[in-house]
Amino acid sequence: MLRFIVRRLLQLIPILLGLSFLLFSWLRLLPGGPAQAALGERATPEDIERYNQVFGLDQPVYVQYLKFLGRALQLDFGNSSRTGRPVTTEFLERFPGTIELTVFAMVFAIGLGIPLGYLAARRHGSWIDSSSVIASLLGVAVPVFFLAYMLRVVFAVNLGWLPGSGRQSVRIDATHITGFYVLDGVLTREWDAALDALTHLVLPGIALGTIPLAIIVRITRAAVLDVVNEDYVRTANAKGLSTSTVRSRHIVRNALLPVSTTIGLQTGLLLSGAVLTETVFAFGGVGSALKDAIDLRDYAILQGFILILAVVYVLVNLLVDVSYGLLDPRVRVR
Amino acid sequence: MRRRPTRVLAASAAALTALTMAACASSDRDDSGSTSSAESGGTFVFGTAGEPTVLDPAFAQDGESFRVTRQIFDGLLTTEPGSAELAPALAEDYTASDDGLTYTFDLRKGVTFSDGTDFDADAVCANFDRWFNFTGLAASPAASVYWQDNFGGFADTPDTPSLYSGCEATDASTAVITLTQVTSKFPAVLSLPSFSIQSPTALEKYDANNLGGNGDALSYPSYGLEHPTGTGPFVLDSWDRGNGVVTLSRNPDYWGDAAGVDEIVFRSIPDGNTRRQELQAGSIDGYDLVSPADYDTLTGDGFQVLPRDPFNILYLGINAGNVEGTTANPALQDIRVRQALAHAIDRETIVNSLLPEGAEEAIEFVPPAVDGWTDDVTTYDYDPALARQLLTEAGALNTTLRFYYPTDVSRPYLPDPGAMYEVISQNLTDAGFTIEPTALTWSPDYLNAVQAGQADIHLLGWTGDYNDAYNFIGTFFAEKENGQAKAEFGAFSSPDVFSALATADSEPDPATRTEDYQEANRVIMDYLPAVPISHSPNALVVAENVSGLVPSPLSAEDFSTVTVSG
Repeated sequence: MLRFIVRRLLQLIPILLGLSFLLFSWLRLLPGGPAQAALGERATPEDIERYNQVFGLDQPVYVQYLKFLGRALQLDFGNSSRTGRPVTTEFLERFPGTIELTVFAMVFAIGLGIPLGYLAARRHGSWIDSSSVIASLLGVAVPVFFLAYMLRVVFAVNLGWLPGSGRQSVRIDATHITGFYVLDGVLTREWDAALDALTHLVLPGIALGTIPLAIIVRITRAAVLDVVNEDYVRTANAKGLSTSTVRSRHIVRNALLPVSTTIGLQTGLLLSGAVLTETVFAFGGVGSALKDAIDLRDYAILQGFILILAVVYVLVNLLVDVSYGLLDPRVRVR
Repeated sequence: MRRRPTRVLAASAAALTALTMAACASSDRDDSGSTSSAESGGTFVFGTAGEPTVLDPAFAQDGESFRVTRQIFDGLLTTEPGSAELAPALAEDYTASDDGLTYTFDLRKGVTFSDGTDFDADAVCANFDRWFNFTGLAASPAASVYWQDNFGGFADTPDTPSLYSGCEATDASTAVITLTQVTSKFPAVLSLPSFSIQSPTALEKYDANNLGGNGDALSYPSYGLEHPTGTGPFVLDSWDRGNGVVTLSRNPDYWGDAAGVDEIVFRSIPDGNTRRQELQAGSIDGYDLVSPADYDTLTGDGFQVLPRDPFNILYLGINAGNVEGTTANPALQDIRVRQALAHAIDRETIVNSLLPEGAEEAIEFVPPAVDGWTDDVTTYDYDPALARQLLTEAGALNTTLRFYYPTDVSRPYLPDPGAMYEVISQNLTDAGFTIEPTALTWSPDYLNAVQAGQADIHLLGWTGDYNDAYNFIGTFFAEKENGQAKAEFGAFSSPDVFSALATADSEPDPATRTEDYQEANRVIMDYLPAVPISHSPNALVVAENVSGLVPSPLSAEDFSTVTVSG
């Protein structure tokens, strides 16, 4: 197992090198540049030239890349061209928000998706089954920004039950220690702050969790349908095991294998920053920062964030593979 | 035990319900919280399209930074609420010498910075000397572009002369500023937030000039991020960078009328629809940059839409082709062809169908709010038949024009470039021109192309910085070192236009200067180096219970007059 983990971590090195090179060159192929973004439409060509000179953007791309690589090895990804702050600071400030949102969205998706998928499979062909299939199709098809507006119209504007944007009400005086606002509220026993932060997760969490939910429902349903017809289930039933034992030990456990892969992949995706959801909910996570960075050609933020997120993605997938081993003894021999 | 899976479902459903109920409960508490704070006159939450960059106004260059620094700092001069007229601020009055090179400012007495130090003439001179002595990164265009645009060079850049000569504190409340040449933009330029007076003590204590550079970008010292220190109605309370939330609290020692609310919170909500919904949901009290499509809905819902007077210009740029290395249509050198362009454009339709309510047809290149605007200029009414006749006379019927317009951008003066192109292109075709369109991405392709003189005609505009006609027409049409105008306008050479602008810019007497600019506008509209199209407003919106926010044509709103009733 340890060798497996080490090997996977070593594989990260070529991945990151390749990714960083592609990122670096692609970003510089985008029309416009930080100079134009920073100086605005009134900038004269001389202003832009001076700006590029000051920040070394007039040097050949490979020189810039090598410099970047040299600094990145020391975990220095440069400073944001918009805020002038270190990229790592910006990331650490925003990542907890994205993690909170991801956790909420995945709890929502898993908590609802697995039972629904299981139910649909058990009642195969019934109205529950067909409506769950249709609903999950809809869940995948509805664009996030549309869902966001609808959720907000209903729950924030009309009913006034839930906050419609941000991570915490600006009218609440909360103490922040870890950057995880719900956790901070619990740690400081500022219960209203914790609850406020939690309610701020609900609408973006649902908007974000809908696609994973729909996928989990479909995968669970398909997996359960596959497994119930397996020989070992028939054998288990035949040798007189109680129905509940058959279900929990044989059906659910085996059906969960493909589901856990899906969950892992989806979690990794959500952690990479839900650009659209975070932007429409003005949620201060890495996704909204990425969007700003694209608009402003903030190369440092884009390069740094995407590389860090790539590491996160690979690590999450590694975790999934490890958990796969726990669920399925056959994989453990690797 | 048979029903166990169903119980899992029931349990998770129950958990979700509990969560939602908890959410509702807390939401109710939020509402009651906000009501009670509103009753105490407390907090005004304003939604902005982005977060500030830096709160040291000398290094800021974006509207969101200036919006915040305007509440923390005062300049020597400001503008009247709701207009572009100059008004006293930290200087109660000023006198200009007859030669227009020396300005004596009588400063307000008894004013202190929020760090407790005194505001006096020494502080004023310390600020001017600070700007003039920027070196290194601080002198780069990324940092101090406003100083460079308005005052030129620095103490150690002899090749780039500066407008600024020196500052002398003749007594505690008199500062004398000398210039190297006469210019009409001084002292109006002092109403720009970049030239706010900051506490010299705090600047030094927090190492304000020490910009760092690391790879791609500047990094700002703690002064501009945590300790901006001015004399304004508010002081910085906190700046939550991750969430884009800036909180200001009332400055108890403010020299003017105390602010109406205890706290202002500027909250960044980049998406326009989210801003509107958050206002409707009551979690913010107002926001900026209202989409014109939302005016009616918001007004119908009882919100107050506050349009700003237009302070911009959209024009059709003409390149008659003197730019080296480019080709342009020589027909445009004929005044009759340029007049045909002006007569061909249906400004009324443009203003009514493509621009927000309150937009105006432009008869010249400065908006009516600017001194020097006059209705006594040659106007070019929409008249396709006349346009065709002029073209025929010039022998240029069906002449082909390469019409450049930008894509994927929305500017205050040009909300929808594609639609604008469609209408104008149709107008010009109707009048007998042949149009060859070129659509380019705004930055840098489009801007580079039109500024290099590659287009025959193009769409572009300008938003004014302060009440000075030169800020508009001087920027566009003044003579450059090579004796020609900008390449954007085909590097035309018109002694009449150049001398009219130079005369107005160097006139020290304000009343005479206004007349000079009116004359310059007449000369320009006769020569027609480009075609003015429209002035467009934009708007703020606030909730019904908010009063005292006066929209400013320069977006220079003063939030200290805002009050929120229960």
